[in-house]
Amino acid sequence: MKPKTAIGLATVLVLLLAWYLATDVAGLIDRQRFPSPGDIWTAGAQIMTRGYAGGTLVPQALYSLRLVVLGFLVAAGTGVPLGILMGLSRRFEALVNPAFLLVRPIPPLAWIPLAIVWLGLADSAKVLVIWFAAFVPAVINSHTGIRNVDRTLIAAGRVHGASQARIVWDVLIPGAMPMIFTGLRLSLQASWTTLVAAELIGAVLGLGKVMSTAYRDIYPAMIAVGMITVALLGALTTKVLDLIERRVVPWRQY
Amino acid sequence: MAAILSAARGSRRELALLSLLGAALFFGFWQMLAISGLVSKFVLPSPGEVLIAALTMMVEPFAGNTIQGHVAASLGRWAMGFGLAAAIGVPLGLAMGYWRLLDAMVSPVFEAYRYIAPLAWVPFAALWFGTGIGGPVMVIFTGAFAPCVLNAYRGANLVERHLVEAARTLGAGSIRVMAEVLLPGALPSVVSGLRVGAGLGWQSLIGAELIVVSSGIGYVLVQGQSNLAPEIVIAAMVAVGLTGLLIDIALRLAEARIRQRWGQTP
Repeated sequence: MKPKTAIGLATVLVLLLAWYLATDVAGLIDRQRFPSPGDIWTAGAQIMTRGYAGGTLVPQALYSLRLVVLGFLVAAGTGVPLGILMGLSRRFEALVNPAFLLVRPIPPLAWIPLAIVWLGLADSAKVLVIWFAAFVPAVINSHTGIRNVDRTLIAAGRVHGASQARIVWDVLIPGAMPMIFTGLRLSLQASWTTLVAAELIGAVLGLGKVMSTAYRDIYPAMIAVGMITVALLGALTTKVLDLIERRVVPWRQY
Repeated sequence: MAAILSAARGSRRELALLSLLGAALFFGFWQMLAISGLVSKFVLPSPGEVLIAALTMMVEPFAGNTIQGHVAASLGRWAMGFGLAAAIGVPLGLAMGYWRLLDAMVSPVFEAYRYIAPLAWVPFAALWFGTGIGGPVMVIFTGAFAPCVLNAYRGANLVERHLVEAARTLGAGSIRVMAEVLLPGALPSVVSGLRVGAGLGWQSLIGAELIVVSSGIGYVLVQGQSNLAPEIVIAAMVAVGLTGLLIDIALRLAEARIRQRWGQTP
């Protein structure tokens, strides 16, 4: 083990121990406000077996995960092609840009009330909001990716007699791929943030619902369980995206 | 960055016309949809109705204040949370760049923190610091903190090591090295971090106000929603977007000036 990793690990262990001693053992911190490791364990066991806020942990987590994946896929499926088209054609860019520039500065979370007016608390409202949130980074990075492709490569393709379509398909899009994935990673992050906010504001099921119920019940350990689950799922989905990227862009340097 | 496909290049004048056409299409389509009767007025108001709602809110109070008053309340909270994130984050990042030991100790904790969406802190923030000033300020802080730390850290790592060593040889203490060698060297990177943090902080603030607060521009959004008044919601969204844009422009100008004065960091 590298010394840096060892020091890091030691720090985390010391912090966990100090937390345990201050709460579970010595009782220095008010547990109504700050949960102890023991409390979190109990809350975790409770939601795993008996359930909380309308379901056990696995269905709640899967419910949130499904909405994030759905919203993210819709955003990637529309944002990446739009960004690529804007990158390919300056005419198309000029046509679309005004609408895009008007919508872009509005924070994704500000769409939540409008989505509720339009669609209520249904799943479709959350997918719509996640779509708006994840759409912008996907478009911007795909656009930049296409524009930043090395012009020598394009010229080389032309010299060797490649058609326009082939240059787009075999040079520009692969060249933009690393940038596209950078955008997708930002999109995924935005998807999770937005979903949590949307579920905190109003939901029937899901991890945000768990957290808002726990807040109303003044049950900090359950809030922590919700946060940890969201963080783990966020890390997991990012990992999956990384694996896909390695498949799609094997030539990228890590 | 010249055009890639020559066929789609277009002259400057043509592109400007296309942009105008695009804007006209956007508002035209919106207007058509609103007056066609296909969607109800309670779903999509016309651009004109939104403008009227915005102008009305500028003179007549809505949800306890005029729209400027709400924006000012939000900006005050934002300034506090962002100021706190910058005041703690930048020194921490520089110190992590200076002391390897601190870097090794803080990094894993920081990595874990980065995976938690800022909005997920809202319930704890409200529980610990209430829903008045403290809670929202903490949410803004959690949103803005990570880029402040990261960019200060990266900037400090880019400062040439022998400058630090020279300062130490000449007898400067740790604090002085950080303030007079690392900070100026890292400044361009620090300022980009502050800009990103400011944007994320503003976004987190909107989230916090939607969930728990009873004043500010986020609260206008919620009130517009519960009154089923989409024209108010859209007017408030525009106000949020404009304020965020102004913050970003101000920091971009500061960034450009600092880059001119202190040079470019890659």
